[in-house]
Amino acid sequence: MAILAINNLTKYYKDVRALTDVSLKVKAGEFVTVIGRSGAGKSTLLRCVNRMIEPSSGRIEFDGTDMRSLGRRDLRRARTRIGMIFQHFNLVPRQTVIENVLHGRLGYKSTLQGSLGIYGDEEKNHAVEVLERLGLAEQMHKRCDQLSGGQKQRVGIARALVQDPRLILCDEPIASLDPSSSKTIMDHLHRISRDMKITILMNLHQVDVAIKYSDRIIGIREGSIVYDGEPRKLKKKTVAEIYGSDADDILFEESPD
Amino acid sequence: MIASLEVRKTFRRRNLIALGSFALIAALTLGSSVVTAFDWPASLRSFPKAAGWMAANFMPDGRALRNAPKIGAKLAETLLVSVMSTVLAAAFAFFMAILGSKTTRLHPLVSGLVRLIASLCRNIPVVAWAMIFLLSYGQNVLTGLLSLFIGTFGFLTRAFMETVDETAESSVEALKASGAPWLATVTQAVVPSVMPQVASWILYMVETNIRDATLVGILTGTGIGFLFDLYYKSLNFPSAAFVVLCIIVVVLLIETLSNALRRLIL
Repeated sequence: MAILAINNLTKYYKDVRALTDVSLKVKAGEFVTVIGRSGAGKSTLLRCVNRMIEPSSGRIEFDGTDMRSLGRRDLRRARTRIGMIFQHFNLVPRQTVIENVLHGRLGYKSTLQGSLGIYGDEEKNHAVEVLERLGLAEQMHKRCDQLSGGQKQRVGIARALVQDPRLILCDEPIASLDPSSSKTIMDHLHRISRDMKITILMNLHQVDVAIKYSDRIIGIREGSIVYDGEPRKLKKKTVAEIYGSDADDILFEESPD
Repeated sequence: MIASLEVRKTFRRRNLIALGSFALIAALTLGSSVVTAFDWPASLRSFPKAAGWMAANFMPDGRALRNAPKIGAKLAETLLVSVMSTVLAAAFAFFMAILGSKTTRLHPLVSGLVRLIASLCRNIPVVAWAMIFLLSYGQNVLTGLLSLFIGTFGFLTRAFMETVDETAESSVEALKASGAPWLATVTQAVVPSVMPQVASWILYMVETNIRDATLVGILTGTGIGFLFDLYYKSLNFPSAAFVVLCIIVVVLLIETLSNALRRLIL
């Protein structure tokens, strides 16, 4: 069953068209990666799903809800079930790890409780448990500006997980991390999708990483989908087309079959 | 080997720009002194004479020292007015900055209005505000307080808005995406992110306002500025000099204190 269905999505920034007639369906629990050049529209596509960017036209259905028809309050409610992970982590650096993780619960709170930062014991225990699972138990009371990049991104993942999301949007989650931290992060996200059945929609620059971890790859070029299929069927020629360059200039090995 | 023509051209261009800028500054300086009939040699020659006069007349003496309690009281008044106007303005400015910042605004129209008000308050000099309020409130402490408040409010609103945009944009994006209510985003993400810089701006404004309050005091007939004016116009130069000395000492003290506080916060 599709948890996310995007139909004929188009986005204009003033006169510039960023997305053209994009349609795709994502099954519950699927790990989908979007690849494409910088400026191809990957980030716009991701942010149209939770309406952090308003689409110009088209339909976005998440978990049976027509996202574009929602008013302010209902949009907030829908967003609580969509986690988001960012390239630059987007944490509050001066607060502790556990405080940042609990921010993921604010969407479920009344304005009064949320503004005062009042969390229940159940929520706190959940946050601790998620942090332990991500190997951050010892960092829990440290301030986030004392962590390494990889640790910060794990805090970002924990913040998304305490939302109890059905879908996690990942915008270049490993673009500012070293190779070893990148692997840790990708392994965690893979486990989250496999064991917790949380759907993942991710933007990536590294084609090899996308092939290794994804169930499905979507290639975007100049705002349109040019590839949608299994990673092992992705040919060198297609990758060259996605990135708009010569096949010989692409650092990429086809899977032998 | 000689550098290629293109490279030499680039460097020649850079040198021309530097030379041109220098020539422009020189021309402006000379031009304006000709227009205002400013006599450079005479003004330079008058330095020693002025220093001599100051050494002879502008020196605190025993009589001036006897005015110390009065000066202390007026200095305290000026100090309190500047701290009070800054703190009051900071509270209002923070609220307005949240409404005005691109990151946290509720509506672009409200944000535009806030920016307009802040820029109006900021761009009219404090002394001009003091003159405006003199007409309506007369010569008293309230006039000084109000004019410092308005100027500080305008400046801090702008400074706080920029601080919010710089330090809280990314975490606000994250909390918005998670469905957090607006007010919770402000108190849980924006406030902790901007606090150190906000405190630093407030300290800076307290320092600035102590200096400005002295000037405003001359106009409004209150505080240490009034006392200086009084002594100066009654030709009591030793006492006026003592006032200036006291002001300098207090300003330096406050600056040292606020630097220490700033190191503690940041």
